[in-house]
Amino acid sequence: MAIAAPSISSAGASTQPGGGAALAAEQLSIFYSDKEAVKKVDLSFAPSSVTALIGPSGCGKSTFLRSLNRMNDTIASASMKGSIWLDGEDINAPGTDVVTLRQRIGMVWQKPNPFYKSIYENIAFGPRYHGIKNKKELNEIVESCLRRTALWEETKDRLHQSALALSGGQQQRLCIARALSVQPEILLMDEPASALDPVSTAKIEELISELKQEFCIVIVTHNMHQAARVSDKTAFFYMGNLIEHNDTNIIFTNPENKQTDDYISGRFG
Amino acid sequence: MRLSNKQVDRIATGVFYFFAFLIIVILGGLIGYILYRGIGHISFDFLTSPPQTFKVGGGIGPQLFNSLFLLVLTMLITVPIGIGAGIYMAEYSRPGKFTDFIRLVVEVLSSFPSIVVGLFGLLVFVNYFDLKFSLLAGALALTVFNLPLMVRITEQGIRGVPREQKEAGLALGLTRWKTITKVMLPVALPTILTGTILAAGRVFGEAAALLFTAGMSSPRLDFTDWNPFSPVSPLNPLRPAETLAVHIWKINSEGIAPDAAQIAAGASTVLIITVLLFNLGSRWLGRYMYRKLTASK
Repeated sequence: MAIAAPSISSAGASTQPGGGAALAAEQLSIFYSDKEAVKKVDLSFAPSSVTALIGPSGCGKSTFLRSLNRMNDTIASASMKGSIWLDGEDINAPGTDVVTLRQRIGMVWQKPNPFYKSIYENIAFGPRYHGIKNKKELNEIVESCLRRTALWEETKDRLHQSALALSGGQQQRLCIARALSVQPEILLMDEPASALDPVSTAKIEELISELKQEFCIVIVTHNMHQAARVSDKTAFFYMGNLIEHNDTNIIFTNPENKQTDDYISGRFG
Repeated sequence: MRLSNKQVDRIATGVFYFFAFLIIVILGGLIGYILYRGIGHISFDFLTSPPQTFKVGGGIGPQLFNSLFLLVLTMLITVPIGIGAGIYMAEYSRPGKFTDFIRLVVEVLSSFPSIVVGLFGLLVFVNYFDLKFSLLAGALALTVFNLPLMVRITEQGIRGVPREQKEAGLALGLTRWKTITKVMLPVALPTILTGTILAAGRVFGEAAALLFTAGMSSPRLDFTDWNPFSPVSPLNPLRPAETLAVHIWKINSEGIAPDAAQIAAGASTVLIITVLLFNLGSRWLGRYMYRKLTASK
């Protein structure tokens, strides 16, 4: 199970060993046509940490998240200014290999979106595409990814059945397992538990706490309790601006900004 | 007297039921009548023997074969081009004047009267490219007629794939091409396949576009000669070929065999049953594939 983490630029810069990479946005603005959805945001993410992005709907947090693995490229009207640094390289630089970039930065969506394939294929698909053809090696990747997401016991007897037959919570864990299969360094999660029941949500949160050891995780959430439970740092967005960014316990107990205080205590948003 | 909302609602419901019923009656009557007139004439012999010009007892064997072979030829040309163009329209084209123009062209092309497509085929394929009356000229004319449909079917199929599927592929570090072929196309396949079979049914029943392209005659065919370059081989794409639909038109208008009317009725029945099979088959296949892909019962 060895997919090298190559540099995203042809120049080649060293990646930090273990704990995921460091990611930082600098003066980042994102536009949909003329509308500025994210306004000059400076925000950095440390390896082996969970950062929660919170804020009311339409505040730009999801747009910001999707810019980190250039998923906004697929939206024709989206454009951006500023920089996003991954281990000292600008991911939007002209020579950037966006395919390698996305392999290094995994993503999980709000709605579970397993491929219309078997459980096994959902995991094996990415590694196989990236050059692992050996059947035994693929089997090992599938098993280890499913074990890490606590799905192995539930699915080991039906690996070759369609992933769409799983429950919503299982599908979401499968999607996380799929993201892990190509050995990313950073995981982006866009409200990963908002479509799930409380039991499944608890399992996802537990998983995030475990994965934190190895990855830099950025999670968008509408659930204040979830942000408080799983994250080390919290960033509060409002109307495209980053209002406050600090340790989660400070944000939730003693925020500097009044808007942050109002939001987390439920007085607006 | 004013009607209450409830009464208006009841009347409207009745009217809609009436129209729905009317359509079913028209369709049922049409199919029933054709089956009633023709079904008695269908036999193994009728389906396999060649037609007779003056005598009783002619069959539709070569015509049936021609229709199927022409269908295969047309699909071989249409499906790759149609799917390619459909993928372009759904995934690569950027909104703008050029894309709007392509869409307009596709729509105009699909609303062309088939007789005009036939005349175009006569001028361009038969005369200008000197293909003569041939299966190939017929297949190309049918391509003009069928391509817009295939493009639209593919485009709709691809656009129907949930956005998150595409993003999931890209986020794993797949290229756009691999995301389309390995993630999106399999999801869109049931839609594309169903649409293709429906389009095939339309091609199978087409007559007007073929009158001046595939021709109204069949050479003497030797069904034991499968060399596609031999002039008497059924597989030779450069031979003229009268299809079933064209045959029906011909014997109805100028047939002089004593049993011409029965043959026309029998051939119509075969044609309509085949097209019905295409329709039912596409529904069945679409449902089967959807179930297989989503593992729902």
